[in-house]
Amino acid sequence: MKHKVILTVLGICAVALIAIYMTIASGGNWDYILPRRGMKVLAMVITASTIGISTIIFQTMTNNRILTPSIMGMDSLYMLLQTALIFIVGSGSALIMNRNLNFVVSVVLMMVFALLLYKLLFRKEGANLFFLLLLGLIFGTFFSSISTFMQVLIDPNEFLMIQDRMFASFNNVSSDLVWVALACIALTVIWVWKDLKYLDVLSLGRDQAVNLGVDYERVVRKLFLVTAVFVAISTALVGPILFLGLLVANVTYEVMKTYRHTYLMAASALIGIIAVVGGQLLVERVFSFTTTLSVIVNFIGGVYFLYLLLRERS
Amino acid sequence: MVSASNVVKFFGKKKVVQDVSIRIEKGKITSLIGPNGAGKSTLLSIVSRLITSDEGEVKIDELDIAKCRGNELAKKISILKQANHMTLKLTVRELVSFGRFPYSQGKLTAEDERYVDEAISYMQLADLEDSYLDELSGGQKQRAFLAMVIAQDTEYILLDEPLNNLDMKHAVQMMKVLRRLVDELGKTVVIVIHDINFASCYSDNIIAMKNGRVVREGTVHDIIKPCVLKEIYDMDINIEDINENKICVYYA
Repeated sequence: MKHKVILTVLGICAVALIAIYMTIASGGNWDYILPRRGMKVLAMVITASTIGISTIIFQTMTNNRILTPSIMGMDSLYMLLQTALIFIVGSGSALIMNRNLNFVVSVVLMMVFALLLYKLLFRKEGANLFFLLLLGLIFGTFFSSISTFMQVLIDPNEFLMIQDRMFASFNNVSSDLVWVALACIALTVIWVWKDLKYLDVLSLGRDQAVNLGVDYERVVRKLFLVTAVFVAISTALVGPILFLGLLVANVTYEVMKTYRHTYLMAASALIGIIAVVGGQLLVERVFSFTTTLSVIVNFIGGVYFLYLLLRERS
Repeated sequence: MVSASNVVKFFGKKKVVQDVSIRIEKGKITSLIGPNGAGKSTLLSIVSRLITSDEGEVKIDELDIAKCRGNELAKKISILKQANHMTLKLTVRELVSFGRFPYSQGKLTAEDERYVDEAISYMQLADLEDSYLDELSGGQKQRAFLAMVIAQDTEYILLDEPLNNLDMKHAVQMMKVLRRLVDELGKTVVIVIHDINFASCYSDNIIAMKNGRVVREGTVHDIIKPCVLKEIYDMDINIEDINENKICVYYA
């Protein structure tokens, strides 16, 4: 009962923020504003909910609350890919200019990396969390160092192109891609729907899951693919924004205090939407685009974590 | 009946289970004993399909565990491992309810609730059913996990060192519960156990392992003998008859 109340409150907050975002400072020019803003809101809802849900699934499978796809280096990989493309083929190439082509290439490459990660994560019984954390840090640093190296070598004008890709942006998302992303995600959800019930049992750990009759290898492989699709699509759609995952997932655990993934996943999607739409409102209306969404979300998230730490100590 | 034939398991290059064949009698408590590193826990994990063997096969009532569907097996055989550290914040009742997953796939029916109630009262946890697991003592926690296994209602129950970290009182309670599970509910229990006196007092059959092989198997009377124990543990062990129980004295 309590969980449904919290979900309803979160839902109302999310809808209210979306309504404000759609209508604020409209200047009465509805025909122009509503479709444009609607597309942005749709992109935000897609990315926010996929990042929230995929982080929760990822953490349940790895039985920890620290690792996220972002910590495992997915964001840095995206940046490396964009930099490498510009470095090698130049900003005029179709791989950069054609957003649809770039989307497909990014998604495919990130999926390949995710599957390599999967091999590492589930290679043997009981992989060590600290080893994985270290591995993620090394991947991340490695990717961003190579990116930086290429960035200092290229032409300054080309570098501007990269800089444009460095920050997640909802301002010029192509509407074709939004529909493609939505279709891919819908198909993925339909494909995995029947296996979502295993998540609660998976959070007891591998041994208990096997004991309770879960076909562990198959289910984990499938769920991992789902997180890979979600992460790849949301990043390729708007840019690196996976930092959001750690924050959203932990706020969700804090707010919901349950092991039931039906509630956890719904709440994480809503909290993600609140964070992204609310952050974007601040970026556009309060800071008039002088800062980026990631700065705002990280700032608020950091303050919240400090609050959690201080509260734990007292 | 559970039977394993010619089971082999490597950890890296080391053969931890070497060509083991065992049969576990129905409606009995069977103890797996032996020195550290004998491969007891590994064998138990293989029989309960937590790890896969490199060679050999395990059959449960003529079902090959490598081919049978996981969910069907979960209604026949359950395993409780020694390390049950839990990152989740769960109440006792929520944990016990997980035992019904093979039947209800997460949506508890009235019948499932009845099994959960029974398991909780069987383990005398009714007062604690809304307490969180991390608030419980070691003994209470162990009982909660056993209640979950009881709710799972399997014919075969496998336990890996169920007495670990329990004091004398709770250890005796635990063994008595296992005895009752066999005598009253007709379950078949297999335990890996280090305390040979508990094995001697409470089990029907004993399987002794050493260096990855089964060295002896038989009834308690066949195994709890100085010459047999010498072969298993490489030490002289006196056996005294106290209240019709065979008690091994090996402390000094």
